[in-house]
Amino acid sequence: MSASAVHSLWTTAADPIDKIGAPKIEYGQLSPTLIVIGAAVVGVLVEAFVPRKFRYYVQLFLSVVALAAAFAAVVGLAARGFGTTKAQIAAMGAIAVDGPALFLQGTILLAGLVAIFTFAERRLDPLAHGNRVDSFVAQAGAVPGSEGEQAATKAGFTTTEVFPLALFAIGGMLVFPAANDLLTLFIALEVFSLPLYLLCALARRKRLMSQEAAVKYFLLGAFASAFTLFGIALLYGYAGSVSYATIADVVEGNVSTVDPALAETMGNDALLLIGVAMVVMGLLFKVGAVPFHMWTPDVYQGAPTPVTGFMAAATKVAAFGALLRLLYVVLPGLRWDWRPVMWGIAIITMLGGAIVAITQTDIKRLLAYSSIAHAGFILAGVIATTPDGVSSVLFYLAAYSFVTIGAFAVVTLVRDAGGEATHLSKWAGLGRRSPLVAAVFAVFLLAFAGIPLTSGFTGKFAVFKAAAEGGAGALVVVGVLSSAIAAFFYIRVIVLMFFSEPKADGPTVAVPSPLTMTAIGVGVAVTLVLGVAPQYFLDLAGQAGVFVR
Amino acid sequence: MSFPLLTATAALPAVGAIATAAVPAARRSAAKWLALLVSLATLALAVTVLVRFDPDGDRYQLTESRAWIAEFGVRYELGVDGIGVALIGLTALLIPFIILAGWHDADPLETKSSRWRPTQGFFALILAVEAMVIISFEATDVFLFYIFFEAMLIPMYFLIGGFGDRAHAGSDENASAQRSYAAVKFLLYNLVGGLIMLAAVIGLYVVAGNFSLQEIAEARANGTLDMATSTERWLFLGFFFAFAVKAPLWPLHTWLPNAMGESTAPVAVLITAVVDKVGTFAMLRFCLGLFPEASKWATPVILVLALISIIYGALLAVGQRDIKRLVAYASISHFGFIVLGIFAMTSQGQSGATLYMVNHGLSTAALMLVAGFLISRRGSRLIADYGGVQKVAPVLAGTFLIGGLATLSLPGLAPFVSEFLVLVGAFARYPVVGIIATLGIVLAALYTLVLYQRTMTGPVKPEVSAMPDLRVRELVVVAPLIALLIGLGVYPKPLTELVNPAVEHTMSDVQQKDPEPEVEAAK
Repeated sequence: MSASAVHSLWTTAADPIDKIGAPKIEYGQLSPTLIVIGAAVVGVLVEAFVPRKFRYYVQLFLSVVALAAAFAAVVGLAARGFGTTKAQIAAMGAIAVDGPALFLQGTILLAGLVAIFTFAERRLDPLAHGNRVDSFVAQAGAVPGSEGEQAATKAGFTTTEVFPLALFAIGGMLVFPAANDLLTLFIALEVFSLPLYLLCALARRKRLMSQEAAVKYFLLGAFASAFTLFGIALLYGYAGSVSYATIADVVEGNVSTVDPALAETMGNDALLLIGVAMVVMGLLFKVGAVPFHMWTPDVYQGAPTPVTGFMAAATKVAAFGALLRLLYVVLPGLRWDWRPVMWGIAIITMLGGAIVAITQTDIKRLLAYSSIAHAGFILAGVIATTPDGVSSVLFYLAAYSFVTIGAFAVVTLVRDAGGEATHLSKWAGLGRRSPLVAAVFAVFLLAFAGIPLTSGFTGKFAVFKAAAEGGAGALVVVGVLSSAIAAFFYIRVIVLMFFSEPKADGPTVAVPSPLTMTAIGVGVAVTLVLGVAPQYFLDLAGQAGVFVR
Repeated sequence: MSFPLLTATAALPAVGAIATAAVPAARRSAAKWLALLVSLATLALAVTVLVRFDPDGDRYQLTESRAWIAEFGVRYELGVDGIGVALIGLTALLIPFIILAGWHDADPLETKSSRWRPTQGFFALILAVEAMVIISFEATDVFLFYIFFEAMLIPMYFLIGGFGDRAHAGSDENASAQRSYAAVKFLLYNLVGGLIMLAAVIGLYVVAGNFSLQEIAEARANGTLDMATSTERWLFLGFFFAFAVKAPLWPLHTWLPNAMGESTAPVAVLITAVVDKVGTFAMLRFCLGLFPEASKWATPVILVLALISIIYGALLAVGQRDIKRLVAYASISHFGFIVLGIFAMTSQGQSGATLYMVNHGLSTAALMLVAGFLISRRGSRLIADYGGVQKVAPVLAGTFLIGGLATLSLPGLAPFVSEFLVLVGAFARYPVVGIIATLGIVLAALYTLVLYQRTMTGPVKPEVSAMPDLRVRELVVVAPLIALLIGLGVYPKPLTELVNPAVEHTMSDVQQKDPEPEVEAAK
């Protein structure tokens, strides 16, 4: 921007100063987000003022109540028709309150609630100096293996700040798919990413790996954020606004006024294309699509497993929501440009995830690559560019979240002396030793593989059907082939669990508290219900398939 | 709405499976009896279906239709034609025998853990397979069919991989590796077939907008649904591929010998006599019913594949040293005959193919189950380990012989009728194909009689000399099967009357008439 442009901005801005009033905020319609963020702030105060002995209980109670209340608020909004007839833009154009936003917020809140249960689990690890411990380190600031760490463990410290951190992350995720301008999008991205980076570093066991994961996630995430921000700047230069509706108008060519300050750049297609590419790149990074997936396996493996489950489910929901809104609200006029690129990305994501997963020997890395392949399947639904495409993606995300959280919750149960036994060879014969746990995990694997009568099949059918109807038949064929490849490694785990002889020094299955049992139980129930009787939820997703602009 | 008989027939074994799985670990025999009772009750329901079905009535009877997943245009639609009734009857009939024959197959060798319940699992899985097979024979909605066609792979997979042949039992690592290889091979072959079919199912939805067999057929008849020729061919190939894996047809057959060889004899019967029939049944109902033009277009290639299956399967059966693999290759040959009958596009051929499905189920069950009893006595699957059994265990040898003779289609036994019809049907339209297929019969005589001669006749091998004859439980399994083989061989009319009207419908689907006899005579 040249010096004269800055000058003219400055002078025009000074003039209508009396027009700036207090922003109009629709507190009721934003209540889900406000409740969660508010609870997170209270959670920080709890850390400061509540005695250490009670913090865990207070935090757990606070988080559960906040998430449940926020979910109730979402349901209330949907019941009052904000998902369909009364869909509107709130908070001075920053936030959309419409079907996709409410559906995804509901999904994120429920997934978050179930994930909080796994965060709070304290029966899996053996007692440390007589204290019950969870998956998180006693004192995050202590150097791994140092005396400080031992002292913290001995004193029975616990990292209860994970609860407000998770709430902040959920708050950001709630805004992310509802963001209706690029700045809100970016702020939401940072609000949910930063707590996640921290959470990744807090594993009680294998702390170096956990910290490595956090650093990698942070560096690559910051890099992706920078791309997004730069893209936002270019788009502002192109459209003279960060609002989705205005950018869409400019893209479609029906804009009446040209901002004199931006006369030189407005409507410049180079800015548009580069800007869109960069913003979409940032979102694809969060989604974990190839070739922006490099962080996924390391971070999934290193992060504490409850965090991995939460991240794998909720981040994906939020990021796909934002991607959908960007592509369907801002860029429908540009779909002939982005569709071929997204085709390519969907294909390499499906195939790449499925093929690389075959060689994995660690269950968490395997699930990471599987999540990449699933991102590819969801992209196939995104590409459909039909209302059916939107609702199929919404359904898939809901179905996938609960399978994922359930699967990672099972991973936390299988333990040996060194904590969780994530190496696949240790899972041999698990079906002989603990048939129930192995059977539950098999259900989740079958759902990942998309076997009928599980939610995975319904979701896969929905996105492939939408893609085929949207004219992407070839994508469906690739999708089906990569499902076949993916099936191979899911089956391999089942073979290992049920048909291999248990090893003498194999892991034991810890008996969890009702918290983790709830998480796993909800996962199984959702998996089977969405597989056998998905009608109600498909309807819900179908009604929620229209964006407000 | 009247009593949903078809739903009940499928739901009863499903509920029974859950109940059986829930039996406490210590009450093993209770689980067995429960499974047996459920399978007998299912048989009673299947007989009710048979009685209530009027062969000369509507094409699909006892229909049920309920809303299910409106988003996908899917309805819960059931209905049976004569072919479906015959195969439901076969399934419900064979399961009690399979359960009885496998009575001790899943007893735990030692009590490893109080929570490990292999026996309960084994019988629950068998019932689960029965439920899914029955509902696939009943579904008139493509999506509903597909769901269970795919889902039945999972219990089958656990049956194959989890419960090996006792001929290998013990701590033999190699056996366990082979078994899990067989299970994985089974699953991957069928899963790939199923997923390719999934693409075709989605394609069908995009073209037709719903999944109902009847609605699609009506729409095609009155011209509201016009499929482009190339679309129809692609969709046909997608469906056919899945069914050809399941059936199995050469060159997609290689999973069958592994699966049958490594699993216990009752499970092997379940695979070949029950589950695989879904593949050939689906060719008749879905390939011919939905894509008649493409079926005619693909006929020459499929006939060649069927011929290769017949000859190749029989030749490999001759060369086998393992009794169960021999039966598996013989089955591949027989499935070649069934596919040949279906795609000969004559009414004799298709009636013959349907009868063949039933008769092959009975004859293979008889042969394989007796072979299983034999193998469990000696602890070996190799033909060379036997000799002179007929002197020691005459009843066992006798039943084995009858099963074998049924397999080679001896006149007077049921399979003869169907094999003859298939050959006549093939000959009427494609004489050369008929002649080549007849070679299969000669080879069948070879592998069956050589098998009998090597195992049952000759000097008594010392390891065999103390072999006990068939026990009461085993006789209860074998005797009814043999009675049925003889009965349907002498008097096949009830079965043909049941099947023929349904075959006429299929023939009219593909708009084919039988070649005029005069024309054939002039040739």
